[in-house]
Amino acid sequence: MPVPARFILHETIRNLYFHVPMWFTMILLFSISVVNSIMYLNKQDEKYDVRQSEYINAGLLFAVCGLLTGMLWARYTWGAWWVFTDPKLNGAAILCLEYFAYVILRGSITDERTKAKVSSVYNIFAAASIIPLIFIIPRLTDSLHPGNGGNPAFSSYDLDNHMRMVFYPAVIGWMSLGLWIAYIRIRIKNLENKILENN
Amino acid sequence: MDLRVIYELFKKEIILELRQKYALNGILLYVFSTLYIIFIGFQKITPEAWITLYWIVILFASVNAGAKSFIQEGKGRLLYYYGISSPENIILSKLLYNCILIAVISVIAFIGFLVFFGNVVDKPWNFAIIMLLGSTGLAGVFTMVSAIASKARGSATLMTILSFPVIIPQLLLLIKLSRRAAGMAISNINFDIGYKELIGLACINLIVVIVSFMLFPYLWRD
Repeated sequence: MPVPARFILHETIRNLYFHVPMWFTMILLFSISVVNSIMYLNKQDEKYDVRQSEYINAGLLFAVCGLLTGMLWARYTWGAWWVFTDPKLNGAAILCLEYFAYVILRGSITDERTKAKVSSVYNIFAAASIIPLIFIIPRLTDSLHPGNGGNPAFSSYDLDNHMRMVFYPAVIGWMSLGLWIAYIRIRIKNLENKILENN
Repeated sequence: MDLRVIYELFKKEIILELRQKYALNGILLYVFSTLYIIFIGFQKITPEAWITLYWIVILFASVNAGAKSFIQEGKGRLLYYYGISSPENIILSKLLYNCILIAVISVIAFIGFLVFFGNVVDKPWNFAIIMLLGSTGLAGVFTMVSAIASKARGSATLMTILSFPVIIPQLLLLIKLSRRAAGMAISNINFDIGYKELIGLACINLIVVIVSFMLFPYLWRD
């Protein structure tokens, strides 16, 4: 598929098919996880606990991939792997820290019911504090990132119809891949729990 | 939720504090020893460093203050609170107490910074509002995270791991706002005091308090 030739971006524009859908997938997986956390607190059913933790694990995979593809792209367009003053990049880093903290929290509690309850609470608390981080702060300040501070988002004029033909299927594909990974992990976890119960 | 009960619980926290004089004095000693080290290290600091160090000192002081609210409370005493009151009352009274404690700490740290490094703040009233919003936000996050971390092993380490990602965005806003109150423009064209950031900070505080209020009842009992 041909891509529009843009100054500085050149062929790196194809990163759009990887980086952006990965973050979309991560947001999708983390949102499903929050819904499951809320369900757990209401129903106290163990299956929701398995789901919330596995959606987070799958989401973290996509967060790391999103970070890596973003860094690679930034190296060729901005000339640096990471820009420490940029609110969008800081937001992404903090988001990863937050969910790694979630994993550590789960590891540090031995009692299953306490673990499920406490991690549900932290998941909802973290998600609520992520909302201003992602949706308010980057809009208050300038950013190098496309779509902020006068930099056009790709959709405004870069994304021509050829790219759309790849981009939308890529979004659907990455999201399905994320859901599939999470689904398999949930099944593995359920089987492991069943084996533990039988022994 | 009962305002009278919240007030009684809040009064109890104050009385306990005045009787033991442990948290506040410990934190004050921490603030002044840190200040002294900064003073020995730097002798003179730029206004940017002043603002940043001020908020870092407040950050670590309020981690200690927040940890006291659930982690360092005895199991038996928590059980007693749960017996006599509803979780909403407990979390609100703890929030209120921590908010006032951190506000007092930030005022004292401010005086400390004045004594050691002189004043950099041009607009004291703006800075007072920022301090108030900052202490509310820090208190909200640390109270809730302390409640979460108290359920796990190694809670002191966990407290920082869990709270810092939540607190960093707030702290960035606070530093940015304080720079404006100190007369430092973020860019050459932008000299306003940052209403957008103030509103953003207030929104974050509101979210944190509401979410803590809603989630604590699920968390409190084993």
